[in-house]
Amino acid sequence: MKTYEDINKKIESGKAVVLTAEEIIDYVDKKGIEKAAKEVDIVTTATFGPMCSSGCFLNFGHSNPRMRITEAWIDDVLCYSGVAAVDIYLGATQLRHNDPANMNYPGEFKFGGGHVIEKLVAGEKCQLFALSYGTDDYPLKEIRTLFDINDLNQAIMVNPRNCYQNYNVAINCSDKTVYTYLGILKPKMQNLTFCSAGQLSPLLNDPFYETIGIGTSVWLAGSRGLVYAEGTQHSPTCQRGENGVPIEGAGTLALTADMKKMKKEFVRGASLKGYGVSLSVGVGIPIPILNENILKYVTVKNRDIEACVIDYSHDYQHKTGKIITKVNYEQLIMQDDINILGKKVEISSLSSYNKALEITEILKDEIKRGDFLISKPSSSLPKNQSVRGLQIKGKKK
Amino acid sequence: MTKKLLLHFKKNDTEKPIVYRLVKDHDLVVNIFRAKITPDETGYLVLDISGEEENIKKALKFLKSENIEINETDNGIRWDKDTCIQCGNCLSHCPTDALFIIDRKSRRMEYNMEKCIQCLSCIENCPFGACSSICFQ
Repeated sequence: MKTYEDINKKIESGKAVVLTAEEIIDYVDKKGIEKAAKEVDIVTTATFGPMCSSGCFLNFGHSNPRMRITEAWIDDVLCYSGVAAVDIYLGATQLRHNDPANMNYPGEFKFGGGHVIEKLVAGEKCQLFALSYGTDDYPLKEIRTLFDINDLNQAIMVNPRNCYQNYNVAINCSDKTVYTYLGILKPKMQNLTFCSAGQLSPLLNDPFYETIGIGTSVWLAGSRGLVYAEGTQHSPTCQRGENGVPIEGAGTLALTADMKKMKKEFVRGASLKGYGVSLSVGVGIPIPILNENILKYVTVKNRDIEACVIDYSHDYQHKTGKIITKVNYEQLIMQDDINILGKKVEISSLSSYNKALEITEILKDEIKRGDFLISKPSSSLPKNQSVRGLQIKGKKK
Repeated sequence: MTKKLLLHFKKNDTEKPIVYRLVKDHDLVVNIFRAKITPDETGYLVLDISGEEENIKKALKFLKSENIEINETDNGIRWDKDTCIQCGNCLSHCPTDALFIIDRKSRRMEYNMEKCIQCLSCIENCPFGACSSICFQ
């Protein structure tokens, strides 16, 4: 019915009709699918939550004399330097040197890679300490210097896995507190945590990856980025509801964007007690309404999206596959507590619905102003594959 | 009436029986939330005092005369709305709903100091450091 080119022409002429993933629900209720599909060009989706699979490539430029960096720390956080002479990779979950981790259980993990990335985006000064063995052409063996993001040639964020289509809801059935990447879980099912923007989340609005694919333009923390590959652990062959929406992890996206153009409020280091360090990044993805079928998917409501409640004191660790029950996102987002197996359980979230909502609005405005054009994927995401586990082979020790 | 107070003690004032004086001399009901009183160090006391308005006035005057710094607008726990990403991770950990969702549709968070009982669980739980304690050491 519409093509990417048609929609981009409308964006350029400032005439595109853009609604958020929340607004489209009422709009279609009032106008009906057929009429709305003709009128609406784009629906904006978003999510903002911790994604451990995050990091960045940094290029420092060459010092005089030159140095081929073989070990590097930024603000005492170890970086990977097995790349070119002055390229390094900083991972979000890397701990600061001498962090006691869980030796003082539960560890606090106050500062790590995610926090360095937050500081860089905020334009703050960081310290580089780098070592080398020295070569004929790269003689310098040690550098200690302050720098900020503007001193770098490139600072490119990479999220090998982001935008998890759906996710587990974590609960703790044991009688002691469990510290997880989904937050602190009190004993005996006193609380649960979830991590999804529900009806706002990109891949829940495009459950079969009809518009989001490799090459899709995305809004990554305010910077214009793209989907560069399927995300790690992309697993589209999964349990799905009647509406096609997965009820477990499922699809993921690998994203990248220029960190120099990011906004600091959407890049936040996270300290997860007893677990480690992570990074929360805001993502917005426009969904072009090419036809009625695509529109139908973006009208998905929180109550129509289910997630599995998993025991993170045992079943998650040991991959038993046991699901305690299923709940929907209307319950998770709109209620303070929920009944699980006859017990009142309080609800927490690691994902910010509020920030995701804000991103859908920001992206809507950028598209309306003609500042953000959509792009047709150069190839589709795989639709049939599942995630493998690691078989531990060889002699048992 | 009830008043929430954050009292700061100077280094040499930590051995005075302040709470006893508030109860005995001013007929106040005292509810202590949190205190750190160590010899030769500055200290703090976060408490509610309940009683006749006139008695509370006299008690505040007494505290000032004892060279104790009185803070009536801050209870020692701070929630920084700009640092908060509004995720709601704190919700199931705050026992009195001092941290709560003020607007359900947008899931916007708010902090009600009056309800805070200083359990500090928000500080332990917030991944983004949005909650802090001015007395926490």
